[in-house]
Amino acid sequence: MAYFTQQLVNGLALGAIYGLIAIGYTMVYGIVGMINFAHGEVFMVGSFIALIGFMICAMAGISSAPVAILLVLLIAMSFSAVYGWAIERTAYRPLRGSFRLAPLISAIGVSIVLQNYVQLVQGARPKPHVSLVSGGFTLFTSDGFDVRVTWIQIMIVMVTVALMAGFTLVISRTALGRQQRACEQDMKMAALLGVDVNRTISLTFVIGAALAAVAGMLFMMYYGVIDFFIGFLAGIKAFTAAVLGGIGSLPGAMLGGLLIGLIEVFWAGYFSSEYKDVAAFSIMILVLIFRPTGLLGKPEIEKV
Amino acid sequence: MGARLPAILKDAGLTAFVAAALGIFIVGFRTIDIGSTRGLSFDYEFVDLAIAVATVFLGRLGLQLAAAGQRLPAIALGVILFVVGVSPLKMPSTFLHWFVALGGVALILRGMWPWAQAAIGSAGASPRGVALKQAGTKWFGWALLGGAVLMPFSPMADQKTMDLGVLILTYVMLGWGLNIVVGLAGLLDLGYVAFYAVGAYAYALLSTQHGMGFWAVLPVAGMIAALFGVLLGFPVLRLRGDYLAIVTMGFGEIIRLVLLNWVDLTNGPAGIGSIPGPTFFGATFTERAPAGGQTFSEMMGIPFSSNHRLIFLYYLILALALVTHLFTQRMRRLPVGRAWEALREDETACQALGINPTNTKLTAFAVGAMFAGFAGCFFAAKQRFISPESFVFIESAIILAIVVLGGMGSQIGVVLASILLIGMPEWFRDLGNYRMLAFGLAMVLIMVYRPRGLVAHREPSVRLHPADPGGGR
Repeated sequence: MAYFTQQLVNGLALGAIYGLIAIGYTMVYGIVGMINFAHGEVFMVGSFIALIGFMICAMAGISSAPVAILLVLLIAMSFSAVYGWAIERTAYRPLRGSFRLAPLISAIGVSIVLQNYVQLVQGARPKPHVSLVSGGFTLFTSDGFDVRVTWIQIMIVMVTVALMAGFTLVISRTALGRQQRACEQDMKMAALLGVDVNRTISLTFVIGAALAAVAGMLFMMYYGVIDFFIGFLAGIKAFTAAVLGGIGSLPGAMLGGLLIGLIEVFWAGYFSSEYKDVAAFSIMILVLIFRPTGLLGKPEIEKV
Repeated sequence: MGARLPAILKDAGLTAFVAAALGIFIVGFRTIDIGSTRGLSFDYEFVDLAIAVATVFLGRLGLQLAAAGQRLPAIALGVILFVVGVSPLKMPSTFLHWFVALGGVALILRGMWPWAQAAIGSAGASPRGVALKQAGTKWFGWALLGGAVLMPFSPMADQKTMDLGVLILTYVMLGWGLNIVVGLAGLLDLGYVAFYAVGAYAYALLSTQHGMGFWAVLPVAGMIAALFGVLLGFPVLRLRGDYLAIVTMGFGEIIRLVLLNWVDLTNGPAGIGSIPGPTFFGATFTERAPAGGQTFSEMMGIPFSSNHRLIFLYYLILALALVTHLFTQRMRRLPVGRAWEALREDETACQALGINPTNTKLTAFAVGAMFAGFAGCFFAAKQRFISPESFVFIESAIILAIVVLGGMGSQIGVVLASILLIGMPEWFRDLGNYRMLAFGLAMVLIMVYRPRGLVAHREPSVRLHPADPGGGR
């Protein structure tokens, strides 16, 4: 029981990170209808910016952990957002109206570029980072096994919940959210009714990138080490989460993220850690085969 | 122009600002290890950043000027950038030299482009130009083939060139195989390298553990790979384009992870070594014959040379690639080949006309996988050592890039793209790390500027009304 609870805690924290990335996939897919393959790399860039931000904070003598975290959070979000914007503007927007697979191929190109760019300018070695937040508390002890919850895990879940709440408000209550939902339903009609489609799509990418950057920062603080290649696996798993939850559905992305995190952690905990990625990929394939609309998605009707 | 200039300057300034925002953390602060415990410290690279941002500013300025019809200033800017780039001026890194110089070249080309376009257009429209073009497209392939056949006898055929030739031809074959799936049937397969891996491991295991020879395993490897294609394809092929792409990528990763972790069978990350090479009618390409066999040099009565093996491998992969090509060309004339192309153009219409999309896609998938299996078998026999390292996702992306760059569905385009993407980087090894960067950039640029590829060819092989020129998309 204690072991199970421990895995549950770990899985929830990991799942929250996947959920934050998955929102970027699901939003972009909902509006533009493309898989933003480079989203995982934006997450990676975000974690690098956070790492550098923390180091600058340490050099500037900001020793209070909450201040430093908040500052780095803002820096990582805003500068990753520029990446999201620039990628959309240069690599995807010119392709709107091209043949179906063009944006996906372009996205793979962007992903290769970002990976190698970071590898070139930051080096290929893994970057360790001593987290500002450490320690935790023991939830309960049974059978001589301590169930520990670390402060970082608490922080991950709290930040995710706060961002999700804010984000849901943006989508459901603000003008931007209305425009996004309008574009999702019918881009041409939205444009006719005066919605600035280009701006809406840009903002979608900006928001997605900012959330991915938060995930990147949390990931770095949680694991304490990053390298230029983390975006690939995390991206695929987050995409799996988006598909599992039902692509285009925001609560679905969060739910899918949590499920993927739990599956991965439990698989590693009870079966074998070598095959945990195989488990994630297999689930993605199975979901796509048997329930392509995901858990919370609505069926897609192909228009001729 | 006077009124436009402020707007152009503003635009260039904004672009430079975005570039600075992109680079300030990632480029400006380089994290470096400072030994065991205390982790990382910074190298400040602000000079690099400033030079790069200035280049972006000037480049954007030049592009906007060229777009506004001011081509001479644009070319002048390009020349300045190029001269600065190649000058012995001390810059913090050679990469910046490249960056600035290539930016200049791009600007010059952009400035010249309208003239070049006009010249090519008028030349192509003249009667002689039309005749030349027709002859060119007709004979170009044959000329390439002749060059490929004669290559080993040319004086430039040293070991390096031959190795490169074998490598390029391997990718040509893989490209042609993937072209069936992506170019003809229109299914985006991001896990193609999995079938290549299946073929390679099939040969490696059957030859080292069961003593089977290359020629016996070759068809088996193709069949096993095709079987994997069917096994994967059967459930997933009803998915739409980009879902299919992701699923195939997941499948590719699963195969790699299994190869990596199933140590009992595949020896895991250590790989499988001492795989026997291919034989020529039973003759091996070693200096001394194994017990009961004979070597190629004994058979031919010529003195032993290590080049024989290389030349044999070269012709072997050339033949395999040509088989792939001929097979594809014949398939395109068959009903199933026509159905592939019809499916690519409009799946719903095909279903309405009674074509079974799943079966049709499945054949394309299986045939494509089969050729990847053949190529994998050859790869294992050539390398004599394989490990999961050779079958990573990036290989799938490279093969896909070859097909896309060549122009999906174009056979000659695959050859040109392989020479460009595989040959050039191998030749200019100095590019080193920048190779993949340039590679990804090329993928994006081609999609943006020439989404149909170098040799645009998407005409269906057969038409109901051959005279109608406007029908093809």
